[in-house]
Amino acid sequence: MDRRSFLKVSGMSLGVGALISVAPAMAGGSAAATMRRWFRRQNGESVEPFTLVQLSDAHVGFQGPPNPTGTKAFERAIDIINGLDPQPDLILFTGDLTHESETPGEHAKRMQLFRTLTSRLKTKKVMYVPGEHDAALDKGTLYRQFFGETHYSFDHRGVHFVAVDNVSSGKPAVGAEQIAWLKRDLSRFPASTPVIVFTHRPLFDLRSDWEWFTKDGDEVMNALAPFENVTVLYGHIHRHDVHETAHAKHYASRSLIFGFPDPMSSGDKKPVAFNKDKPFDNLGIQRVVEPHGQVAEIELTLREYGGTDGVQQISKTGLFI
Amino acid sequence: MKRLIALLFLIATTGVGQEPRVIAISAKRFEFTPSQITIKRGETVTLRVTAEDRDHGLFQKELGLDLTLSPDQIAEATITPQTAGRFIAICDNFCGSGHGNMKMVILVE
Repeated sequence: MDRRSFLKVSGMSLGVGALISVAPAMAGGSAAATMRRWFRRQNGESVEPFTLVQLSDAHVGFQGPPNPTGTKAFERAIDIINGLDPQPDLILFTGDLTHESETPGEHAKRMQLFRTLTSRLKTKKVMYVPGEHDAALDKGTLYRQFFGETHYSFDHRGVHFVAVDNVSSGKPAVGAEQIAWLKRDLSRFPASTPVIVFTHRPLFDLRSDWEWFTKDGDEVMNALAPFENVTVLYGHIHRHDVHETAHAKHYASRSLIFGFPDPMSSGDKKPVAFNKDKPFDNLGIQRVVEPHGQVAEIELTLREYGGTDGVQQISKTGLFI
Repeated sequence: MKRLIALLFLIATTGVGQEPRVIAISAKRFEFTPSQITIKRGETVTLRVTAEDRDHGLFQKELGLDLTLSPDQIAEATITPQTAGRFIAICDNFCGSGHGNMKMVILVE
């Protein structure tokens, strides 16, 4: 058996996030059996396939021409996820839950609104990392009050999840202290353990003059290098992207508020203009076809703009049956 | 005497012993002043950067520029660009709603 096939992460983006199937170490082989036994002993939980949903960049509180519909895409995503059968085990939110405000009390209101909206999710295991709009201005103080620590780890059905904070220092960096913690955390696991890292900024240099990078991302990836199956889920860039490095595959989720242009063909980082006829044009349904990561676009519109209800449209495609 | 004149001429033309040209830059939300500077290829310059209002950063990967800026400190970086081009330097210390557009151009001719 190919040891790298212990974990299969395949993405199907649902409008404004990605539905990901995870199948850890289900096949035979001594390394897989060792890993299964190890998880059972450590966590008392069975190792079996499950799905998770990645959501990102809701920017609750954002108001501006790139998206005058506010939280509508976010709320639509919640409806879509609640319609999934079976429900995902986990929802990972990769930062910029809220848009910052320097009006006293306003940012806390936005965080509360975010919590109110996510409380509608049927799936109750929702894990977060901050984006710079959540945590950079006050070094994460308010974020911690609402969502807890900015970096941590947990295990789920044979997969080790690590939340990496690359925003709260103010700079696009993880920092020596957190990297030392990461190394200690990972040292407990055999190299065959599947690892999913979720973070806000890309851990590789996607485009530094757009601040689409993490200064010490290489150090994070070096700490992960001994592991045979590493997947990194991130946000920040407001567009789908798949990137492969020596030891890992990196997936970016689309935003829930507005899109950014292709960094390879655009000079300026300006939000993609709002299209009233297709308000979710750059947030809309996409299906990621493995193994090459091609994206198939499927239109999603809002009833009040396009006359078509997004959820009905999705159900017609049969994508989520 | 001729030898001294020749030496002085050599110093004047090669720049040996000269201090690098200093370019003062100020940073405040959400702009750098000046917003563009021009450097000759191979010229050594010192960027002397001050933050006027809060913490900022000045980052440009290709030129090896990575400064942390605080209001109570002057930050300096000396660079000698070897490649002509138009380089975008950004504030890489999140400073508020206009942070994403806080940048300046370093033109190397």
